[in-house]
Amino acid sequence: MKKYIYAFVAIAYLSFGQSCKKDSEFLDKQPTSTLPIDAVWKDPNLVLTVVGDLYDRYPDFQRIESWWLFADFDEGFASAGGDYFRHQNLEYGYDAWRYWDMGVYGYIRDLNMFIKRGQESTALKPADRDRFMAEARFIRAGVYFEMVKRMGGVPLITVPLDYDYSGDPSYLQYPRAKEAEIYDFVIAELEAVKTILPDDATVKSRATKAAALAMEARAALYAGSIAKYSNSQLSLPGGEVGISSTLANGYFTKALNAAKQIIDGGKYSLYQKNPNLSDNFAALFTDKGSNPEVIFVKDFKLKTNKVHGFTIDNQPRSSAEEAQGGRLNPSLNLVQSFEKLDNTYASLASVDAGGNPVYYTNITDIFAGRDARLAGTVILPGTQFKGKTVDIWAGYQLANGTIITGDNFGQTKDKVLPDNPASVQVVGKDGPVDGLEFSAQSGFYIRKYLDPATGSGQIGTRSDVWWIRYRYAEVLLNAAEAAFELGDFAAAAGYIKPVRDRAGLTTALTPAEITFDRIVHERKVEFAFEGQQLWDMKRWRLADKVWNGSNMSAADFINATNIGSATRTSTQVFGIWPYKYYNPGNANHLKYVFKVIKPSRVTAAHRFRIGNYYSSIGQDVLNGNPKIIRNPNQ
Amino acid sequence: MKNRFYFIIGAIIAVLFSACKKDNYDAPQADFTGRIVYKGEPIGVQYGQVNFELWQSGFGNYSALNVNVNQEGSFSAKLFDGNYKLVFSVNQGPFLWKKNAAGKQDTLAVNISGSKTMDIEVTPYYMIRGATLTAASGKVNGFCKLEKIITDANAKNVESVSLYINKTQFVDGGNNFGGAAVQTLSGAAIADLNNLNLSVTIPAITPAQNYVFARIGVKIAGVDDMIFTPVAKITY
Repeated sequence: MKKYIYAFVAIAYLSFGQSCKKDSEFLDKQPTSTLPIDAVWKDPNLVLTVVGDLYDRYPDFQRIESWWLFADFDEGFASAGGDYFRHQNLEYGYDAWRYWDMGVYGYIRDLNMFIKRGQESTALKPADRDRFMAEARFIRAGVYFEMVKRMGGVPLITVPLDYDYSGDPSYLQYPRAKEAEIYDFVIAELEAVKTILPDDATVKSRATKAAALAMEARAALYAGSIAKYSNSQLSLPGGEVGISSTLANGYFTKALNAAKQIIDGGKYSLYQKNPNLSDNFAALFTDKGSNPEVIFVKDFKLKTNKVHGFTIDNQPRSSAEEAQGGRLNPSLNLVQSFEKLDNTYASLASVDAGGNPVYYTNITDIFAGRDARLAGTVILPGTQFKGKTVDIWAGYQLANGTIITGDNFGQTKDKVLPDNPASVQVVGKDGPVDGLEFSAQSGFYIRKYLDPATGSGQIGTRSDVWWIRYRYAEVLLNAAEAAFELGDFAAAAGYIKPVRDRAGLTTALTPAEITFDRIVHERKVEFAFEGQQLWDMKRWRLADKVWNGSNMSAADFINATNIGSATRTSTQVFGIWPYKYYNPGNANHLKYVFKVIKPSRVTAAHRFRIGNYYSSIGQDVLNGNPKIIRNPNQ
Repeated sequence: MKNRFYFIIGAIIAVLFSACKKDNYDAPQADFTGRIVYKGEPIGVQYGQVNFELWQSGFGNYSALNVNVNQEGSFSAKLFDGNYKLVFSVNQGPFLWKKNAAGKQDTLAVNISGSKTMDIEVTPYYMIRGATLTAASGKVNGFCKLEKIITDANAKNVESVSLYINKTQFVDGGNNFGGAAVQTLSGAAIADLNNLNLSVTIPAITPAQNYVFARIGVKIAGVDDMIFTPVAKITY
């Protein structure tokens, strides 16, 4: 009997003893899957993981993880089946590159929350805490800069907002700030954090003093050029879009001063490790070991999930490590923009002044004597990548003008050449074949950001080349442009000189030769495929002239005279194809001739409308907040 | 085998008869058609480039119905009966739309109850007058005059005048034999707005046809959309 009582007591204790705890003790348990905020703010390593997430969400429009966006603006041709539409749409949607939705303001809220908690935290060392908060403010400035660049003035929210469940959300509805106010906010924030951030040139993927100053210089330059080149079309009465022209010089001065601080700081310099100027320029983007030029990057790491496939997508097809590649083909529009070593502009000489074809002994001869950045940015026919020569030629041209070519990579044919019964290869192993994806349909492959490391073209390995957001050459060109706009042409020539020297253009431009067209041109060739083009064209208000919706013709690429003009149109991708001239006995037998072509997949001319200067605001945003007014011209 | 046959019959019945339920709404019935005009004359624009918005309040998910204007300035839309507000957004089209007292684009109330035809009056920056398009010895020759309609503070200059030809009836800056059949006079080169002469050589057409379509367009500085003459079919 006693046995039963013991058992009963034991069961009762086990059953009811638990419930003797207070409810609050029982229910308030620390979750095991997430860290509470207080615990995070005690350990700098844990805070760093939060900051890492904030960095990870930092916005870029064009970047190496999305090569196809470079094809939208005629820098390159998209040689991939699913991307031909990029050359077949007449115009850009008004909602293109919109950056204003729940995600963006959610991001800003996270940044604001982070800053607020940082202010309240007491457990961290002040130095650590201040750096984290400065980084969050740097990122927030970057996000607002991205928004104002794309949308114009947006509601400026700098504290976390919370709904009080009263049924009336109107106190959360903020109107759009003026465009100038957002730029002022960005500049002021960066000024405030630059002294807190480390002044350390070895830090590339986190915010530094130089990164803050570089962003400040760029933002001030954008604001200045919008003020200077804006017109009544691109302004709203409340200033949400458009900046008064009286403010232009103030912004240019700020841009120049910020850039000067980096230049005078002396911690950064142009990348000049390799005496071969073209290889040097290509290595600038892929060399991650003590690169003195790079200021702020999005970094990647092999053997983690932070890798990208830019090299897989764009490696030359003939030497590819997978059965793909060659997607992004730089356009002839871009290639012919690289000037000759005597600082003059010229089309590639496919024909002479009389219209007769020019015969070249070597396939690379037509590109000789040009800006070294050309071969550093583009894989030209007959040049090498990863030690292998690309095989780009479109076929044989016979004496009577007949073209002998194939429709697959490196195709061979029997008895196609006169008096030659042998089986011969009739097209390069990299093409170009019109309409064949992965072949060099413009006649070129991209080299910039292509990773020379073995395995970078394999799906199993991928690439860890970083995406450079700010580099020293941009600081110099920003300083040059700001000085130019302020009328100091001598200083502008001085800032632009080292960038051009590195490109092998050793005849310095005189102050009198520094013109607006020169500034535009220099940025076009220096920053091709770096995501600057669209924003540059927008801030100079050139976009509607460059992408004006008019068709182009081969005449624009043969002995063209306006290559250096800022307003030269570039609405359609053109290419240039090498052919072998086949005429035994002739002095030009097996020499190369070049033909300007338009890939047949290019069917429409890009048109940038006035309403594209500022992306449209989503109807859900407009409906949710009656204080938001729409952007002009849409 | 028989079982399967019955099963197939059953499946077909299930599929076909599920569609016999009545829908909640009838399809829109009313045709709303008309033209964009200035004093009764239609305004030609580029295909697919100019549109106006119709707004209808009282329903959730407030958003605009965009109605495109055709090349010859006409439009048509299939609508439900109801009260709509019609508005051109700012700087849409080569014309000005009237503004309300607050300086915003004014809306035009449109009541749709059955089909309706309505011309919408706008004020273009310029009108192309007296345009003639003729073919002679392998060329299309165009002549026109420009009348400046808006002469107050909103006046704008002519950026360029272009003659386009194409082998189909769609003729504009993007449709002109791939950029080969256009002549453009820049605004700075125009001495007399009342005497504009343009000429374009007709390119070889495959398959051969003995006609082309042509029209003259005027680009106004700072305005996206061009104003065009009506498309003319020219037989040669």
